[in-house]
Order: sequence, then structure tokens, then C-alpha cells
Amino acid sequence: MAKSNSDLVMDPVFDNNPIALQVLGICSALAVTTQLSTSLVMSIAVIVVTACSGAAVAAIRHRIPSSIRIIVQMTIIASLVIVVDQVLKAFAFKLSQELSVFVGLIITNCIVMGRAEGFAMKNSVKDSFLDGIGNGLGYGLILMVVGFFRELFGSGKLFGITVLPLQSDGGWYEPNGLMLLSPSAFFIIGFFICALRMWKTDQIEEA
Amino acid sequence: MEMFTDLSRLFLRSAFVDNLALAYFLGMCTFLAVSKNVKTALMLGVAVIVVQTITVPTNNLINSLILKEGAYFVPADLEFLGLICFIGVIAAMVQILEMTLDKFFPALYNSLGIFLPLITVNCAILGGTLFMQQRDYTFVESVVFGLGSGFGWAAAIAGLAGIREKLRYSDIPAPLRGLGITFIIVGLMALGFQAFGGI
Repeated sequence: MAKSNSDLVMDPVFDNNPIALQVLGICSALAVTTQLSTSLVMSIAVIVVTACSGAAVAAIRHRIPSSIRIIVQMTIIASLVIVVDQVLKAFAFKLSQELSVFVGLIITNCIVMGRAEGFAMKNSVKDSFLDGIGNGLGYGLILMVVGFFRELFGSGKLFGITVLPLQSDGGWYEPNGLMLLSPSAFFIIGFFICALRMWKTDQIEEA
Repeated sequence: MEMFTDLSRLFLRSAFVDNLALAYFLGMCTFLAVSKNVKTALMLGVAVIVVQTITVPTNNLINSLILKEGAYFVPADLEFLGLICFIGVIAAMVQILEMTLDKFFPALYNSLGIFLPLITVNCAILGGTLFMQQRDYTFVESVVFGLGSGFGWAAAIAGLAGIREKLRYSDIPAPLRGLGITFIIVGLMALGFQAFGGI
């Protein structure tokens, strides 16, 4: 592995984005993107879990028998998620209520599992940690983009601060209710992938 | 009688209105990856229904008998251990199911193949359990909820696979090809499923 540190972090953000290219980890996340604040918390949680689980798995990678490695990884990830969940409940109770079951679902987020299995089992602790941060960032980027559009057009706010004054409050903006419903997230990701591939044409799939 | 209508309402609700795949985005990885043709999609769908119907009630028992505060076996509040227990149960259940099928129904086992172990990391399964815990279902309700949500997931993936099979013959703009257009189709399907909200 001759990759430099910055490559390890930046590569997964645009060139090898876990959501847009590897189709991993869309599962647990999109339901939390109706607001920017929940998307941000979710992104941070995933970055922490991916980076720490990568480092932990890498640290003991020579001692894990390959027949039970999935269970070992699962246990490491589940413990980290429990820690994150408890921290959120203690310091940001309202946000953790809004995120509801989706913090727990980070366990089955394929990005975390995929990086532990695909990268951390073969690389050093430091590399795995950076790789985890990069993949978490790539995931967070999409989450933030989707959250931005959904909150802005769905309720005229960003981070809960009014940007487009609503008609119901005497402003001019008529909110687009569709943006708060689940289908809009799919549309936004679809067009995001489209835009990304117009820019990086080598990612276009063969027909 | 009243209980029966309540339960059937719960079934319809979990299968269509609160569809795990289309309303809560659960199980998306496999949902997008294994929906290229109808036959495999159906297989996976069946596997999800079976596992969901077994794991949600099992976890329900574990939650109400062991983990909850003041529970029958361990009175202490162990709810923070929930996640790790549930995922363990799911992994174990999938493993047991795999061995049982291998022993008694080898034909079915061979056709399900790789899909069974994949289900362990399918968020729809863990998601179903977590929703069950959050909404405080009773044991009977959890059976119905498991069946309904599994059924809804299977219906959604079979539908998407059908559409994608037809799509192969259409001329899609290059950057949208593959993943992009799939997302947009899923969005349209989700929009369709929203209409069930009126029931």
C-alpha cells in the first residue's frame, strides 16, 4: 500500500464514494436526512464508528481466526455503536429521539462491515483508521447534500434557522411537502449520482 | 373479533404503509444489489420473510423476559445490551435456519445459497426488531409485525426487479445508467406505496 495519508482519506469521498459507487450503507441513513442537524449527527456517528472499528479490527487482525471473523467484527462494531448511542442519549437526548432506531442500525450499515472486512483485515492500524474516516466522510457528504436539499425545500430552513420565509408565516415560500417524504431522498441521490458521473465520466456503468 | 381486526390492520400497515424498504430505507444494499432479476429477488424475499417472522418474536421474548427493567428473569435494567443481543440472536437464527434447511430441505437450501448468510447484515431484519422494541409490541403483535414487514419487503424487491428487467431495453442517458436510474425508480415506487397511507 503506497497510498499517502491524504489519499486514504480523500479517495473514498469523490473517486470511490461508498454510496454512489459501491452501493453500500444507504440502508440505515436516508430516513434521517429530513433535517441537516440529524444528518450531521448521523454522519459524525458513522465516521467515529467506521474509523474506530477499522482501527480495532486492524489491531487484532492477526489473532482473529478467519472462520469466526464476521462475529468478531460484529461484536466490535456493536460495542462501538452502543457507546455512541449511550453518548447521544446522555448529551443530545432530543436528537437521539429523532434518530430513533437508526443509530442502532449503524451496526448493519454495510460501510462499516465492508471496511472492516475489506480493508482493516489487511492493513495497519493507522491506515485503517484513516480509511474509516475517509469512507465515513464520503457517506457523510451524501447525507449532508440530501439533508441540505430536503430541509431547504421541505421546510425552508437550514439547521432549524429560517432561510426561505414560509407563506404560512407571512413570507413568500410555499414549502414542497414531497421533500419531507421518503421518495424525495431517492430522487436526490439519483440525481446526485448522475451529476457525479457527468463530472467523473469514468464512473459511468456499461449498458 | 376486535383483536383480529387490530392484527390484520397491523399486518397491512407494516406491509404497505410502513414498508421497511420504501418508507424507512431499510435493507437498501441488498435491495439494490439483488434486484436485477425477478427469480433471485423472489428467493431473497422469501428468505427475508422467514427470518423476519422468526427473529422478531424471538427478540421480543428476549426483550420482555430478560432485558427490560423488572423483567421476569433478570430484574435489572439491561436495555443498553439490547443491540448486541439482538444482532447475536439474528446471526444465530440465520445460522440455525441454514443448518436446518441444509439437513431437511437441501433443494431449497441450494437455491437460497448465498442469500441466507447475507440476511444477517440486512438492516431490514435488525430494523424490524428495533421498531418492535420501540413500539412495545406484545408477542402476538410481534409475530404479525414480523410477517407483515417481511412480506412488504419481499413485495417491494420483487416489484423493483420486475421493473429493472424491462428497463434493460430502454435507452437511458449515460450518467444515469445503472445505479442512478434505479434510485429514481425506487423513489417512484415509494411514491406509489405512499398512496396506501389512505387505507
